Amino acid sequence: MAEVSLRKVVKLFDGGVQAVRGIDLDIADHEFVVLVGPSGCGKSTTLRMIAGLEEVSDGEIWIGGEMVNDIPPKDRDIAMVFQNYALYPHMTVFENMAFGLKLRHFPKDEIKRRVDRAAAILSIGELLERKPKALSGGQRQRVAMGRAIVRDPKVFLFDEPLSNLDAKLRVQMRTEIKKVHQAVKTTTIYVTHDQVEAMTLADRVVVMNHGVIEQVGPPNELYHHPATIFVAGFIGSPAMNFIPARLSNGAGALRIELGQGLSLPVPADRTARYAPHRNKKLLFGIRPEHLTETTRTDKQNLAPITVELDVIEPMGMETLVHFRIEGTPVCARVDPAAGAQAGQPMTLAAHMDQMHLIDADTGKVL
Amino acid sequence: MNTTVAAAVSEPVSRAAPSRWRPSLSRSRKWALWGAYAGLILFAVFFLIPPYYMLVTSLKTSQQIAAIEGNPWALPWPPTVSNWLALFTDTQFPIFFRNSVIATICTVAISMAISILAAFSLSRMRFWGSATLATGVFLCYLIPETLLFIPLFQVVGFLGLMDSMWVMVLVFPTLSVPFCTWIMIGYFQSIPKELDEAALIDGASRLQLLLKIFIPVAMPGIIAATIFAFTVSWAGFLYPLAYIFSFDQMPLTVGIASTMIKADVFQWHMIMSAALLAALPPLVVYAFLMDYYIAGLTAGATKG
Ligand SMILES: Nc1ncnc2c1ncn2[C@@H]1O[C@H](COP(=O)(O)OP(=O)(O)O)[C@@H](O)[C@H]1O
Ligand SMILES: [Mg+2]
Repeated sequence: MAEVSLRKVVKLFDGGVQAVRGIDLDIADHEFVVLVGPSGCGKSTTLRMIAGLEEVSDGEIWIGGEMVNDIPPKDRDIAMVFQNYALYPHMTVFENMAFGLKLRHFPKDEIKRRVDRAAAILSIGELLERKPKALSGGQRQRVAMGRAIVRDPKVFLFDEPLSNLDAKLRVQMRTEIKKVHQAVKTTTIYVTHDQVEAMTLADRVVVMNHGVIEQVGPPNELYHHPATIFVAGFIGSPAMNFIPARLSNGAGALRIELGQGLSLPVPADRTARYAPHRNKKLLFGIRPEHLTETTRTDKQNLAPITVELDVIEPMGMETLVHFRIEGTPVCARVDPAAGAQAGQPMTLAAHMDQMHLIDADTGKVL
Repeated sequence: MNTTVAAAVSEPVSRAAPSRWRPSLSRSRKWALWGAYAGLILFAVFFLIPPYYMLVTSLKTSQQIAAIEGNPWALPWPPTVSNWLALFTDTQFPIFFRNSVIATICTVAISMAISILAAFSLSRMRFWGSATLATGVFLCYLIPETLLFIPLFQVVGFLGLMDSMWVMVLVFPTLSVPFCTWIMIGYFQSIPKELDEAALIDGASRLQLLLKIFIPVAMPGIIAATIFAFTVSWAGFLYPLAYIFSFDQMPLTVGIASTMIKADVFQWHMIMSAALLAALPPLVVYAFLMDYYIAGLTAGATKG
């Protein structure tokens, strides 16, 4: 087990694609870090550079206090789980898991002990004599994880390990992966494009976009304090609403003007922070779950806005309502009992303590 | 193999049993099955006629063959195995047989060793000119031996291999290696890259990757290539005919034709017996390898 550090890591592919553009990241021992971002943002490339499957174009990668730039994959003491499992098709489950140990000349009884232990953790004990072809997707995924566990490496690397599974199994295996990490505590770097997977698994989430890190932090911090409009929009589902806005000095207090005559008071504790941005083009950011019916008494600092609803989507435990402000589509989550009706006006409460103000030009959250 | 086909055809029928449109579906299946059998039988008969004729002729004495009243297609009565025995006592058949076996074993071994290594590097290592080389390998295969045997005469003479059976070990691989390499490149390329990467991370060297992952996974391809190399060598005729003149150096193909046809006298009973026995090893090898080939095809699916 070990810590992992990336220092100004760059990957330039032949043909000029700059997949990773200078990444700095420190991962602590035992930590579970998830790299998340849209497809093509450079997550896999970053992971593969850590594994040694891609060369680093510039910068340094350190694993366990050792600079590994020029060390081949087999000597980095890492294990990797691939999206398509990459099980050896001609070997049984046991042989698949034992392969790495055999190549490293472990004694037979030690190999057996380790495979049995991993099989117990993953509950695949009765599959050991089967070939990968005779396994279901979830079982193959477990074997792929078993192959990583038996090696007892410094670092686990996962590249979208759940993407080939159906939705139900994905949720189940997600829990399984968390359980495994709690059992073996190996430093883990996990790549996914699914923000829910990232939020539920990670000690810390690394949000990537266009080959750079947008923000690093624990899941709740990213949710409540996104640093950029990209993170704000990427984390959370349904996504945060962004409504063009201006700041105005109405009646001495700072107010947010959304158009359509809608105006919201800036919370008192944020006045000083927002005041310098009075003349900029801004975006008012608020999550659907922070636009609710007005009868919520558990929250403070609610500001009413009245809008005409376009579409109502009952989900059972809540109802999504959609409307427009100056043409910008907005979504809110209200109580099913709040009596929302399509085509009718409704007064919603904006939870102003949960709002964000974003500089429309730089994309920074103010 | 027939049972596999039948099972594959009948399974969907039984699965479709509860549905309402079963009659039309099963009727069309039945027609497809009949059509398949009719085609197969026609095919089999067509290709079994020559061997049958060889067998019948090899069981006749030369008088029976020459007899005007006899039916050339009927089994002779009494049949005789004297021709077969005579092959081993009165002719150089055993020497031809030995030469063919040696040349073929060497050709197959050399072809497979070269083509597996070549295909491994061409399919997995990117180096300057590797794509051009892969195309070049295929183009080599397209040049017929009838064009090559005259210029090769110079090469063979220069190497001092003229009139030696070892010339076959040199020239047969020039026919088999390009095609075998081409088959193996296809098989190796169908192995997902992640399999290499998993093995590299697991601690395998390039050689271990080849021996422990690529070769077992690509077994059907290796067997197909082996069968091809075997056939090229066992049935090779033009090159040994051009380069070998001494009877004791000849393989079966050229040996039978040279010793059993004297000027314009064809010893049909001997030719047919020798040809029949010469065709036995391929039969045995195919039957043996086919089982592995099919087992490999069904067991070795590379997608996880
Ligand atoms: N071997 C390669 N050669 C050239 N470009 C590549 C290669 N691998 C990935 N890329 C490019 O690098 C970028 C990042 O890819 P990747 O790391 O796979 O993204 P993801 O975040 O979806 O895993 C993409 O634009 C992709 O097209
Ligand atoms: Mg990826």
